[in-house]
This record gives sequence, C-alpha cells and structure tokens, in this order.
Amino acid sequence: MKGNPLTQYLREGSLPHFFCPGCGAAQVMNFFLQAADKIGLDFDRLVAIGGVGCTARIPVYLHADALHGIHGRTLPWATGMKLHNPKLEVVIFAGDGDAAAIGGNHFIQAARRNLDVTMIVVNNLVFGMTGGQVAPTTPEKLRTMTTPYGNVEPPFDLCQLAITAGATFVSRWNTHRVLQGVRAIERALRHKGFALVEFIAQCPTNFGRRALRTGDPVKCIQWIEERSLTLKDAEGLSDEELRDRFVLGDFIECKRPVFEGSSILAAEGKN
Amino acid sequence: MLRLGKKKRVLTGKHFMLGNYAVVEGALAAGCDFFAGYPITPANEISERMAARMPEVGGKFLQGEDELCSIYALTGASLAGAKAMTATASAGFNYMQEGIGYAVAAEIPLVVVDVQRCRGDNYATQSDVMQMRWAASGDYEMIVLAPSSVQELFEHTIKAFNLAERYRTPVIVMSETTIALMRENLVIPDKKDIEIVNRARPTVPPRDFVPFKAAPDGSPPLPDLGEGYHILHSLNPHDECGRISWDPDVFEAMYKRIVGKITDHRDDIVETQGFFLGDAEIVLVAYGSESRPALDAVSQARENGIRAGLLKLVTVWPVPEKEIRAVAEQASVILAVEMNIGKYAGEIERASGGCCDVVRVTKNRGEIHTTAEIYAAIEEVAK
Repeated sequence: MKGNPLTQYLREGSLPHFFCPGCGAAQVMNFFLQAADKIGLDFDRLVAIGGVGCTARIPVYLHADALHGIHGRTLPWATGMKLHNPKLEVVIFAGDGDAAAIGGNHFIQAARRNLDVTMIVVNNLVFGMTGGQVAPTTPEKLRTMTTPYGNVEPPFDLCQLAITAGATFVSRWNTHRVLQGVRAIERALRHKGFALVEFIAQCPTNFGRRALRTGDPVKCIQWIEERSLTLKDAEGLSDEELRDRFVLGDFIECKRPVFEGSSILAAEGKN
Repeated sequence: MLRLGKKKRVLTGKHFMLGNYAVVEGALAAGCDFFAGYPITPANEISERMAARMPEVGGKFLQGEDELCSIYALTGASLAGAKAMTATASAGFNYMQEGIGYAVAAEIPLVVVDVQRCRGDNYATQSDVMQMRWAASGDYEMIVLAPSSVQELFEHTIKAFNLAERYRTPVIVMSETTIALMRENLVIPDKKDIEIVNRARPTVPPRDFVPFKAAPDGSPPLPDLGEGYHILHSLNPHDECGRISWDPDVFEAMYKRIVGKITDHRDDIVETQGFFLGDAEIVLVAYGSESRPALDAVSQARENGIRAGLLKLVTVWPVPEKEIRAVAEQASVILAVEMNIGKYAGEIERASGGCCDVVRVTKNRGEIHTTAEIYAAIEEVAK
C-alpha cells in the first residue's frame, strides 16, 4: 500500500481492513477513493455513513467525519444532518441489507424527497457479514443458509425501485467494470439530488461458497459478469429473458428540487 | 396556507396555553432548531405547532416516515450542530428505543417528549415510567423529567435541553395526556432570564483533538460535523480517539464513563419539591400529574389534623434516592401514588431501604386519581 496516493484519504491506523480476500465491498471502497480523488472531494465537508454489514464498514476507514453502527438507518441520519447543514457532502455506503431490507422504507422515502446525498450500494446478493442468509436481492432458486432448499422469493431491482420512487441519478455496474463504476461514482458525487450507484458485487465467502459452491473470487466475478448486460443490450428483451440478469448502465439523470425540510418550497423561499 | 413571517423565538408574556404547545415554546426558548416527528395522538399538537414555528425562527421541521426516521434524523441533526427534539406517545416511544440507545452510546444530545397514553387511545396514564428508563438495550443511565402542569411542561423542556447539552446524552420529558391536552396559565419570562446551556466545543484544532477524551466532568467536547475534525461516531465500542475496538478494557472504560457522567452528577441532576414535609408522619411520593391531587389530599389531611406531606419528584430518573431515603427515615409510612399498576413504587421501596412501610396507591383505569381517592388512602394509614 505504501506509495499509493489514495492512502491519504484513509484514517490513520485503520489498516489492515477487515474485508475478506476478494471482497467486492473493498473494491468499491477503492472505486470511491478514485472518484473522490479525481473530482477533488473536500474530505473536511464529507460525512461518510455506514449502517451495519460489511459495506457499512467502509466509512470506518475514511479520513472524514463518519457515522456507523445502526442497521438500516443511514438515510434518516443523512436527512437530519442535510436539513440542518445542506453544505455537508453526505455519502452513504450500504449493503443490500441496509438498503433493501431493514432500511427499505427509508430508501424509498429519501428517493421520493430527492434528498441531496450519494448512496453507494454494494449488492452482494446475500447477508454476508452474518454468514450468508437470503436477502431481498438474492436471485431465485439459489441456496443460502436460510434457503437450504432454494430461494422462492423474487429479488428487488433496487435501481427500478429508486427510479419509481423519484431518485434523480441512478446507475448500476458490477465490480468487473471498474472504469464505468468509478465514473458513475464521480457523476453521482457531482449530482445535486438523490444519487444511487448500485454495484453487483462478489461475496466469495458467504455467497460464493454457499450459492455458487465456490469461494474463488474470480469465479464469483465471472458468474456475475456472465449474467450482466448493458442497458443497450437489454433493449427489446422480454421480462422473461431478463430474469436473473443484471442490467448495467446509467438509468436516469435529471433535475428536481432537493429536499430541504419544513413546508417551505426551496426555490421560491415561501409557500 | 399559513403565510410565513419572522416571529420571536421566545414569546415572553402571559398565555393561556395548551400543554403540548407549551412544550414547543419551551423548546424554542431553549434554542431548539430541529424537530422531527411522526403523527401520533396525543402528541400531534407538538408536531403541528413545530411545523409552523420552526420556519419562523430559522429552524427545520421534518415529518419522518416513521418514528425510527424521526429519532435518527435527530441524531444526524444534533451531530451537525442542531438542538433537536422529537415528540411521540407510548407506542411510538417503543419504536424510538433503537435510536435512543444509539444516542446514549454515541453521546448525542437530544430531547424526546413522550406523551404517555393508554387503552390504545388518549387515556391518562403513567404506565411508561419504567420504559423511560429501561427500554433500550445495553447499559446506560437515563435522565427523565416529570412535569405536572402546563407551566412545568414549558420549564422542564428547557431544563431537558440544558441537561442534554451539558451531559451529551438524550433526555426525556415524560408528559402525560392529562397535562398535554389541558389548557392552563403559562408565564414565559424574558429571554435574558432563561438559563441556556450549550454543549462544550473543542478548544484545540483537529490535529490535537482527542474526540472521546472526557473533560473532568465526564462529557467530551463535541464539534459539528463538517468542521474538519474527522470523528468516527460509532455504536461499537471505541477508545478515546474514536477507534473501534473490542478490547474488553476499552468497552469497560467507555461504558464506565458514559454511565459515570450521569451517576457522578446525580446531585446536580436530581430535583424534587417538598410540601408539608417538616413534621410529616405520612409522606406521599408522587410525580407528574398525580402530584396535583396528591398535594390537594395532603392539604386536606393537614386541615383535618393529619400530619401528612408530599415529596414531588421532578426528576424520576435518576431516582432521587437521598431525598426518598430522608423521608423514609422520618415518616412512619410512605404512600407511593401513581397512575399505573404500581411500578415506580418498587424504586421507592428500594430507596427507602426498609426504614418505613411503603403502601402502593395505584389507579390503572385511564383516569387520574381524584383528591378524594388519595385522601381516603391517607385516612386508611392514619387510623
């Protein structure tokens, strides 16, 4: 790590990190640092927020103000601080548990309000930290620790959920597409309004070994990449053809007034 | 729609005001500039008045999607520098425990108003008195104030903010349907006559600041988010520098300090009021709205030559142990008066250390005690 220019953004003494070898969340932390470096993000104004889970640990390593340790409540924290001080640069690092399960309602409401934050979701399709239980994002039929006979629940499409709810920047990539992923985070950080970047990411330890019968990170990434296709490639395909596939791309980028609290319309300064 | 104008933060003067509104005016007088809440009866008037008043004084109002959003929005706003409050009622208070536990561990000042209700509706009760103290998981102390009138709702809300800021901890105003939905006289003093406490802030630059190293009084200074101090606010055990550590020494030291900053200052925090205690043989111990019929009954007893007195608890948590012990040593019997199945009576029995009998005078029907009912209980033990 010595000599890597990105280490300047890491909290002193926080390494070594706790991520398993080959973890997708650790890759996404790297993507974020590359993007932050490129746009010259002010780490003094940054508040990095993580709930509970592997991805939620990312803020712990960042040299910035950070909140951490409550499952699913990242967006309520963010809402309070952004209303009080809109100048804060708030970035949320959430796993699929934080975003789609316990924090699902907060996710919908923050997108609806167009809260001015960046939310980076590392979707590893499973509850990784707790040992590999089924998540609301786990593809159908797969075996997890709590679906020993195969998952019978259809998974959430977090990006479509965010778009429907009102998010103004939505993008999805996988950890194989590094350049696109870094670029998406750059754009999300520059975006004014609710910006979601979702990464379909490998969890070799608790998704790979249980659902795919391999703990090899490369094979896990390959499994995801084989099921991935771009928005362009997905055009004209039926819902059935897109079942169990991951559609990648920038879904939406638009402008809408951001949420500032109270019942005063921000643009007009009066009701 | 309401037309927004600039209005005063402190409405000095005489008012005839609803209890829930008095809470709002107390909060504003204390410097509150962030409110979040989720609709629930009988606390709605607090949210509604806050929605109108916050923009008038430059603060922010949020109606959360649930109680969890509300309580965590408070923690986020408070860390960003706001004086933040929420209001809820019994069932909503349940949901908030998760956030209250976080606020204790991360040492975030905030104020929660719980307007207790029962029978699933707007009926009077004090049945959450133990929940105020013990509902969140983990080890902690809690500061809980029990107002008994509209005037006290105003005053105790200010006191709650001051204690929260002073000790970097959540403070609960234990309101009740009885006083929240009652209109009474309220006198709001001049702004200059209202004591305001603000949280301690770092006096050194970020590179020299140790975020969880306590001042001698046990509460570390707290900078606002975004000031360059780069602090990790985590529920996980953390050392003085804020580094997460599962070392048992770190865990033990952290909770020893967080609990100790309250217990070491018990005498500064605890407040009680005594009535006719001088020569009292029968002492009523009551809190909140129940202290009103209790005082009436004591006055009536005095008129009839019964040496009765009242110890009114302003602070219910931490327990005013010394004060209860003192009346227990003096009296022959304590009447523990409360509007529930008899809960806080256990604390009174514990604090009185067997020095005198403790008789439970309880009522759990969704109605406050009448003076006659309490007087009858006094007569019974005076026989």
